[in-house]
Amino acid sequence: MAWVNAIIQGVLTGGLYALFACGLSLMFGVMKVVNLAHGDLAVVAGYVAIGVITVTHIPVLWSFLIVVPVMALLGYVLQRTIIQSALDRSVLTTLIVTFGLSVVIENGLLQFFTANSRAIGTELALVRDSFKVGSQIQIGYLLVVIFAVAVVVLLGLQYFLSASKYGRLIRAVADDREAAQLAGADYRHVFGIAAALAFGTVALAGISYGMYSQLQPTTGTDTILLFAFAAVVIGGLGSLWGTLLGGVVLGVAQQIGAQINISDEVLAGYIVFLAVLVLRPQGLTSRRTQS
Amino acid sequence: MTVPGDTERAENGTPLLEVRDLTVHHGQLRALEGISLRVFPGEVYAIIGANGAGKSTLLRTIAGLHRPTTGTVLFDGRDVTRLRPERRATQGIVMVPEGRRLFGSLSVEENLKVGATYARPGPWTIERVYELFGWMRERSNQKTAQLSGGEQQSVAIGRALVANPRVLLLDELSLGLAPVVVQRIYGMLSQILATGLTVLLVEQDVSQALRVASRVQCLLEGRTTLEGEPGDLTPERVEAAYFGLGETAAGGGDAGGGNGGQPVPSAGHRSPVPGGGQAMGQSSGGGSEQLWPG
Amino acid sequence: MSLITETAARPAGKLRVTRSRRNVAWTGAGALIVVVVLALLPYIVYSGTTSIIVQAFIVLTLASMWNLLAGYAGLVSVGQQVFVGLGAYFVLILAIHGTSPFAALPVAVIACAVAALPLWWLVSRLRSGYFAIATWVLAATVMLIIERFSSIGGGTGMPLPGLSGLSSVLLTAYTYWAGLAVTVVALATMYLLLRGRLGLVLTAIRDDEVAARSSGARVGLARLLVFVVAGAGCGAAGAVLAISQLQVQPGAVFSVQWTAEMAFATIIGGLGTIEGPIIGTAVYMVLQQTLASYNAWYLIILGLVAIIIALWSRRGLWGLVDEHLHFRLFPVGYWLWPEDVSRPSRLLSRLRRSGTQ
Repeated sequence: MAWVNAIIQGVLTGGLYALFACGLSLMFGVMKVVNLAHGDLAVVAGYVAIGVITVTHIPVLWSFLIVVPVMALLGYVLQRTIIQSALDRSVLTTLIVTFGLSVVIENGLLQFFTANSRAIGTELALVRDSFKVGSQIQIGYLLVVIFAVAVVVLLGLQYFLSASKYGRLIRAVADDREAAQLAGADYRHVFGIAAALAFGTVALAGISYGMYSQLQPTTGTDTILLFAFAAVVIGGLGSLWGTLLGGVVLGVAQQIGAQINISDEVLAGYIVFLAVLVLRPQGLTSRRTQS
Repeated sequence: MTVPGDTERAENGTPLLEVRDLTVHHGQLRALEGISLRVFPGEVYAIIGANGAGKSTLLRTIAGLHRPTTGTVLFDGRDVTRLRPERRATQGIVMVPEGRRLFGSLSVEENLKVGATYARPGPWTIERVYELFGWMRERSNQKTAQLSGGEQQSVAIGRALVANPRVLLLDELSLGLAPVVVQRIYGMLSQILATGLTVLLVEQDVSQALRVASRVQCLLEGRTTLEGEPGDLTPERVEAAYFGLGETAAGGGDAGGGNGGQPVPSAGHRSPVPGGGQAMGQSSGGGSEQLWPG
Repeated sequence: MSLITETAARPAGKLRVTRSRRNVAWTGAGALIVVVVLALLPYIVYSGTTSIIVQAFIVLTLASMWNLLAGYAGLVSVGQQVFVGLGAYFVLILAIHGTSPFAALPVAVIACAVAALPLWWLVSRLRSGYFAIATWVLAATVMLIIERFSSIGGGTGMPLPGLSGLSSVLLTAYTYWAGLAVTVVALATMYLLLRGRLGLVLTAIRDDEVAARSSGARVGLARLLVFVVAGAGCGAAGAVLAISQLQVQPGAVFSVQWTAEMAFATIIGGLGTIEGPIIGTAVYMVLQQTLASYNAWYLIILGLVAIIIALWSRRGLWGLVDEHLHFRLFPVGYWLWPEDVSRPSRLLSRLRRSGTQ
C-alpha cells in the first residue's frame, strides 16, 4: 500500500512541477531562452507574498491576486530590457545573464532575509488536512488543489495560445520571427507577453510551493529549476500537456526512489532526467528529433 | 545613370517607392552597390538577375530586414530607411518572402489572421482572399505544412494581401514551383493590381518577369546592369546584362518597335536556377492542382 | 543603356604575417620573472597572505578553464563544479589509502581527465541551453551519489588525512607552491593549445561550424579535447582546494558557487582572451577581500558587474585594453602587415555597421 500512496503522491506532485515548468517551456519554446533564474523567480514571488501578508495582514489567497500580476509585469519589463539585450547579442549571453541574475537574486535574498526557511502559513483547513481513500491511502488536500490549479492553468494557456490574437502571434513569432515582422508584429512586444505569462505562472507556482513546503534563498536552484527543466525535457518541448506528463513522470520517479531508499528521492529524479537527455532528448511526447 | 521613361513619369507625380544609391553589406561582403529605382503607383516593377546578384537582398532591405550601409529608402516621399520592418508593414510595405515562410504550426486561416492583425483599412479581407483562391476555404483549417508548393505560395500571398498593403514586394514567387503553376500565380497579378496595389517583384524566371512587368531592372553582382521597359529590350541585351557579357555591337540599335509587347522567347533565357525546372512540394498523383475555381 | 564592366581588382602587395606586434621574447621573459617572484613569496610574506593568493590561484585556474570552454569552444557549462568536487574527492580517496595529498594531486588530475570522457558522452550531443542544464544536473547527481558513501564522509564530509606530519609553515608553503604550479601549468597548457592547431579549429568552429566541418576540421574531437582539458584543470583546482581547506565537504566542493565565481571572473576580465581571466580574478579577489565581512555582497556585486559587462562590452576589461593598445600578453592570433605600412591593417574593422534588425 505504501507504493500506491507513493505513486499517487508522485502524480500529484507532478502537477506542482508542471506549474513550475510551463513558464520555462514557454520562454524556451518561443524565444529560445533558457531562463536559469526561473526557479529563483518563484522563490522571490513567495517571499514577496510573505512580505505582503505580513505587512497588510490580508488573507493568504489574496496575496495571489497581488503578487502574480506584479510578477507578470516584472516579466514583461525584464524581457523588454535585459533579456532582449542579451538575446540580441547571443545565446551564450542569455545563459550568462540569466545565470548572473539567478546568483544575484539568491544572494540578495540571503543577504536580506537570512538563510532561514520560511513558509506561508494559513488558517485554512485546506492546507493542513488530508482525506483518506480506503483505509490506507492518505492524500493531502493542498496537493490535490495544486494539481487542479495546474490543470486549470494549463488549460487556460492552451486556450490562450490557440484562440486569442496574442496567442496566435506568440505561436507565429515562435515559428518564424522574420515572417511575423513582415506581417507587422513587433516581436519584442510579443516576447514580452510570453515572458509575462512565464513570470506570472511561476509566481503562482512559487506561492503555492510556499504554502505546501518551505522557501529558502537557495530553493530556486536546489529544488525548482532542475525539476522544472526535467519536467519540460521529459515531457517534450512544445507541448504544454507534455509538461504535465513530464512532471508526473518526475514525481513518480522520485517517490519510487524514496521507497527504495529514503535519501534517494531527488537522485532518482535526476537519473531519469539524465536518461531522457541521453536517450531521447526530444522528450516523450515530441515527434521531432533534436538535431 | 539615366533611367528611360523618367521624363514621362516625372510628370505623373512622385514615386510611391524610391531607392536612392543603396549600398548593402553582408558582414564584409558587399551585396549591393549604388542601386537606385523608382516604382510608381499602379505599376509592376521587376528585378531580375542571376543567383547571388543581390535581388533578394534589395527586397529585404526595402522591407526593413536588412540595414543598408549607405543610401535611402523612401516611401511616399518619406524616408523610411531607419524604420523597423514591422513599422514599414503597417505603413503599407508588405513583403511575401522568398520560400513562402508560412507559420508551420498554424493553419491556413490562422496564417491569414496573423497577416490581418495589424492590417491597414482597405478592400482585402480574409473572405476576399478565399474568393481569389477558391480552394482555400475548404482547407482553411489545415496545417500549412500539408499544402503543395503552389498552395503555400497562394497562402503566403493571401497573408500579405489581407494586410492591405500599398506596395507588395514579391520575392522569387517561382522558386520551387512548376512553370504551369508559376504562370497561374502570375496570372492573378492583374486581379491584385486592380485593387490599387503596386508591385515590386524579384524573379529569376526572366521570361515570366518580362511578361508581367511594366519596367525591369537587371542586377549583376550587386550592380545595376540594365533598366528599361520590356518592350524596349531585346533578348540579346537582357542576356548580356544578365550574364555580364561585353556590350554587343548593335546593342542600342534594334531596340524598340519590333518587339512591342511581345513576350521574349524563353528558350534562351531560362534562368540557370537549381530547382527552377523541378517542382518542389507539388501534390502528387491526380491532376488536382486547383489554384482557383472551375 | 550602358553596361557596367567589372572593376579591376587591386593588385595585392606583399604581406607579412606575424604572431604578435612586438617581440614575443619580451613577454616570455616577463612571464618567467613573474613566476620566479611568485615562487619566492612564501619566504617573504606571512602565511595569511599566501593563503589568500592560493585562493586566487584556484579561482584563476577555474576561470581560465571556463574561458576555454565558453570563450573558445562555445560551451557554456554551469556544472564545472563537478570536476572541482571530483578533484577534491580523488585526493581524499588516495589520502585515505595512505598517499600524500601532494603526490595525489597529479593522479587526481589525470583521474578527472578520464572521468571527463563518460561525462562528455552524456552531454556532447546537446545544444547550448540543454547542455548548460545537463552539466548542472550532472554535478548535482554526482554529488548525491558521492554522499551515499560514508567511507568518504557521506553528506557531511571529512577532514583530509596525511598532512598532519608537516609543520604549519611548511604546509602553507607546499600548498602555495602546489597552487602556483597548477596555475602555471594550466595557463601554459591553454596558451600552447590555443596557439596551435586547436586554436585555429576552435576559431573556425566559432565563426561557422558547418564550414569548419566541411573543410575537414574535427569539430567533435576539438570539443572533446577542450572538455577534457577543462575537466582536468578544474579537477586540479579542486585538489588544491582540498589541500588548502584540509577537509572535503560535498556541499562545499560541489557548490554551483564555483561556477558562478569562475564565470563572473571570466566575463568581467574578458571572455575569449587568455589575459581576461587574470584581470577578472584580480577584480574578484579585490571585491572578496574588501567585502568579506558583508557575506553575500561580493557575489551580488560581482554578478551585477558581470551582467553589465556581458550586455555592454562582451570582451570585458581586457577587451578595452586590447582594443586601444593592441597589446597581448599571450599572442595566439595573427597580424597582417601590408607592404608599406608600419601598423597592421585596419581594413577588417570597417563595415561592422550593417546587419539585420
